[in-house]
Amino acid sequence: MLRTYQYPEFPYSRSPDQDATLPVHHPVLIVGGGMVGLTMALDLRLKGIPAIVLEQGETVSDGSRSICQAKRTLEIWDRQGAATPMIGKGITWNIGRVRNRDQVLYSFDLLPEEGHKIPAFVNLQQYWVEEYLIDRLTQVGGEIRWQNKVTGITPAKDSVTIEVDTPEGPYALTCDYLIAADGARSQMRRELDLPFKGQVFNDKFLITDIEMKADFPSERWFWFDPEFNPGQSALLHRQADNVWRLDFQVGADADNEEEMKHENVIPRVKAMLGEQTPFELEWISVYTFQCRRLEQFRHGRVFFIGDAAHQVSPFGARGGNGGVQDADNLGWKLDLVLQGKAPDSLLDSYDEERIFASDENILNSTRSTDFLTPKTPVSRSFRDAVLSLAEECVFARPLVNSGRLSMPATLHNSTLNTLDEETFEGLMMPGAPAADAPIRFDGRAGWLLDHLGAGFKGLIFGAQGSVPARLDADGLSIDILTVGETGLQDVKGWITNRYDGQPGTFYLFRPDQHVVGRWRQFDEEKVLSALRRAVGKV
Amino acid sequence: MTESLELDSRIEQPDDFYEELIRLHDGLTEEQSRDVNTRLILILSNHIGDKNVLSEAFHLARKGV
Ligand SMILES: Cc1cc2nc3c(=O)[nH]c(=O)nc-3n(C[C@H](O)[C@H](O)[C@H](O)COP(=O)(O)OP(=O)(O)OC[C@H]3O[C@@H](n4cnc5c(N)ncnc54)[C@H](O)[C@@H]3O)c2cc1C
Repeated sequence: MLRTYQYPEFPYSRSPDQDATLPVHHPVLIVGGGMVGLTMALDLRLKGIPAIVLEQGETVSDGSRSICQAKRTLEIWDRQGAATPMIGKGITWNIGRVRNRDQVLYSFDLLPEEGHKIPAFVNLQQYWVEEYLIDRLTQVGGEIRWQNKVTGITPAKDSVTIEVDTPEGPYALTCDYLIAADGARSQMRRELDLPFKGQVFNDKFLITDIEMKADFPSERWFWFDPEFNPGQSALLHRQADNVWRLDFQVGADADNEEEMKHENVIPRVKAMLGEQTPFELEWISVYTFQCRRLEQFRHGRVFFIGDAAHQVSPFGARGGNGGVQDADNLGWKLDLVLQGKAPDSLLDSYDEERIFASDENILNSTRSTDFLTPKTPVSRSFRDAVLSLAEECVFARPLVNSGRLSMPATLHNSTLNTLDEETFEGLMMPGAPAADAPIRFDGRAGWLLDHLGAGFKGLIFGAQGSVPARLDADGLSIDILTVGETGLQDVKGWITNRYDGQPGTFYLFRPDQHVVGRWRQFDEEKVLSALRRAVGKV
Repeated sequence: MTESLELDSRIEQPDDFYEELIRLHDGLTEEQSRDVNTRLILILSNHIGDKNVLSEAFHLARKGV
């Protein structure tokens, strides 16, 4: 029971599939309706694929868990029509402040430039996020089977069979593709006996959510070695509904039961916020963490996404955010393969691209963890030296690592990319997730990403008589948008700036809005060949 | 003309640098680590070369302890 949140109850209801004599077949089944499985279901549903979610529980996330929802994640949910209530409900922030003892060492701004529809971060409790995703999925006709626990999996060459347990007994289903989104303790991973390699950390952290009406700013405050938690770190972060996340490092030897007792938590909170600040405890949890992943995310017709595929430490907010991007990466590929418009090999690129991204997340979160909890005396000594220099010396500040907050991966070297033949300035290289910018279209203000949408898109800078509005090849099509007076008006000049859009420049984007390739002038042959490569045909 | 100690950030990938620095000590005893650090100071001092810069750095390092 929480004070500020009422867990919805989603009742079990019997599916006709349970009365069939033979297992009923579906194109895609998703095991687990956490934030990642739900995003996956929504993506596929919006593409017209009736993917069914099988969820063992009957409600949303137990506790606030993932609170920092990153820009790219929100952009994905926005495209799916789910982000508006989240942004409305959540706390928008982009400033972080880092303290050592009582000194503010420095602060950082995660979105130093203007001209993006979505803010750098919105803090919103995971249970709210999931509730909004469920609302949206229901609205578009998606199906979630509550209290359906998947207990067995038998992959075969042409299909996958699963066993499902329900309050009314077990039944079986078959599917073309199974997506395992069953979280950190993934039963699918264990059923298939897949090794899960990486580092396990021993340090423990006590999380408590409190309800308080305080006028602290909506910033991420991080302390190294504060007076109220000597020798350890602490974090204060605001969530929706006047709930605040407090996170105390408590050391490897802490006793979970003891730490979680109210009589021990309350003095900690008072020491942090002052005796006078009134608050109510909302949620308490002790966690440790791992930085590790599966060796492969694709196993034939079974795909692992989210925490089932990889885990990171929470510093950096890369767990949930990374998982949502897995779903975004897999959705369009499954769609094209199921429609027969792309070869099966396109699905291998999910493995390649998301392992690359996952390694980036693991690297960043491992480094933060090593800085926060140094493993050796010499490592601690360097860490403390960096902190002691950081207030006075600018050079030491970039070395302070209290979490490198989630950024989407630029998929350098992906086999789906077409490499540049000319030189370009800026960050929009092949593999990069498209940067947003304000536009005017048809007399109305809007955003570039809303126009890129969820299909293959071309973007041509400057009105070009010779460029068609649409290209078709092998059942695929590219809608071409023009940046200029007759199309998307680059009101601030930021599209041109962010994309180095000299007149005549042409960009090709994938359905997940990553850059496929770019050219200084439109060449139909080259664009179509890049399209073929982007769907795994080369 | 002598240079003065550079305190702005000059290392392009700070996280890569820091990881390599910590990794340098992997598997060493505390005493070995101290020796590595000492050698490192001598090597870098020679690379800097400028005595005034070094004096400033010595002063800054000592001040904070
Ligand atoms: C303290 C803490 C703070 C965090 N902070 C952040 C943050 O700020 N930002 C961030 O991005 N991430 C954060 N994370 C990580 C984030 O919570 C996870 O990465 C995220 O929940 C992963 O989502 P998921 O859908 O993959 O897994 P889960 O959310 O764990 O969902 C898995 C679902 O599968 C269901 N399931 C499991 N087994 C079965 C089965 N056999 N059959 C049917 N259903 C099954 C479960 O009931 C569950 O609903 C944090 C985590 C913790 C613990």
